[in-house]
Amino acid sequence: MAQARTLRHLIDSRDLSVREIASLLRTADAILAHPKEYAAACAGQKIATLFYEPSTRTRLSFEAAMLELGGAVLGFSSQDSSSAAKGESVADTIRIVSGYADAIVLRHPKEGAPVVAAKYAAVPVINAGDGGHNHPTQTLTDLMTIHRELGGLEGLTVGLCGDLKFGRTVHSLVSAMTRYPGTRFVLIAPQELQAPEYVLDMIRQAPAECSFTLRRSMEEVMPSLDVLYMTRVQKERFFNEADYVRLRDSFVLDPRKLRGAKTGMIVMHPLPRVNEIDPKVDESPYARYFEQANYGKYIRMALLLALLKGEGGAL
Amino acid sequence: MNIDSIQNGIVLDHIRAGSAMEIYHTLRLDDLDCTVAIIKNVKSRKMGKKDIIKIDEAINLDLEVLGFLDPNITVNVIRHGALAEKRALQLPKRLQGVVRCKNPRCITTEEPNCEHSFYLANPEAVKQGEEPVYRCSYCESAYRAS
Repeated sequence: MAQARTLRHLIDSRDLSVREIASLLRTADAILAHPKEYAAACAGQKIATLFYEPSTRTRLSFEAAMLELGGAVLGFSSQDSSSAAKGESVADTIRIVSGYADAIVLRHPKEGAPVVAAKYAAVPVINAGDGGHNHPTQTLTDLMTIHRELGGLEGLTVGLCGDLKFGRTVHSLVSAMTRYPGTRFVLIAPQELQAPEYVLDMIRQAPAECSFTLRRSMEEVMPSLDVLYMTRVQKERFFNEADYVRLRDSFVLDPRKLRGAKTGMIVMHPLPRVNEIDPKVDESPYARYFEQANYGKYIRMALLLALLKGEGGAL
Repeated sequence: MNIDSIQNGIVLDHIRAGSAMEIYHTLRLDDLDCTVAIIKNVKSRKMGKKDIIKIDEAINLDLEVLGFLDPNITVNVIRHGALAEKRALQLPKRLQGVVRCKNPRCITTEEPNCEHSFYLANPEAVKQGEEPVYRCSYCESAYRAS
């Protein structure tokens, strides 16, 4: 496989500069507007999707992205159907698959597995989630949704609600949004699940001017929000069931809680949702979580183009 | 208690009380053939209690590893029975294969031949007097001594 350019991987969303993200967003916009023009952009190329743990949206959106670019896909969707079940190391699997594909999309339950993969790969490695650590293409999907639905990424009031302590998508989105000036984070969570100190430090030390407030209910802040990013409050995160039962409804979004929302506000969720968004909200003008999942395909197409073809010239 | 003074070697002084054994093992002093004395809980005006390690040979110590373990340790080089040199410790920017990541979800716990690696995550804050934080190069978990 000829590597005309310096090999580039996407392991962490911080691997991309604001400029590079802007370039990916422009490419994704162009693909959305004229998908046929890109239908053969990656013809003759292959990606390997190596999924050591189950995933629906991420794996299928990568595969759909490559197929819509005219490329081909190979890989496995669980550890049991790979040589990992026989004890093969990540390093060896990656060295072998580097000879079969032009890029590798890796999901692994162990944190840092993509760092190992990048060390041994002869082709670009894309981290599609490593345990509770990083999931950079989810962050790109979130940024694309905000960019598409609100027309920009600066000066927004972003409410993050639910499990802010363990939710990797939240930490990653905060890290990404701190690079856009004027972002005001509203962190809505029970005390037990509030964002950890290192996340607050990211906002305090943000490269762009950003601020945050901590809240325990969403109704009081609803009128100020441009984005409400919901996450699941998991029962197993609580020390006892009584606390869970007491708190869970405060973090379930229903049409009543949306009454104070301003026109144009968007509700996002990385999905899968369980019960944290009442299905009645799906019909409201605020719901964008299904569009969000769909944007994921386009931003992944833009990423694959950038890594495989140098499209946009940014990566 | 009497411990012979050394002629040519190294004395690690001002070790945090109770941590001499960790330093002994991490620096692999157990591989040495020379006399090594570990003196625990020595009375100290500065520290209350401290540990001391005396090595009766002029070995090459990894000062970066020592700086990571405890930057307050004093390294005294002894030549011909007298103090010849005091060496300053520095915090290493990167640590390879010295300590293990304790995050059970880290890839280093199952991947063979994966050298444990840490980087200094807050060099600027350290200059302002804050405690150093080392993070695993793979999973980014902060290293905890215990």
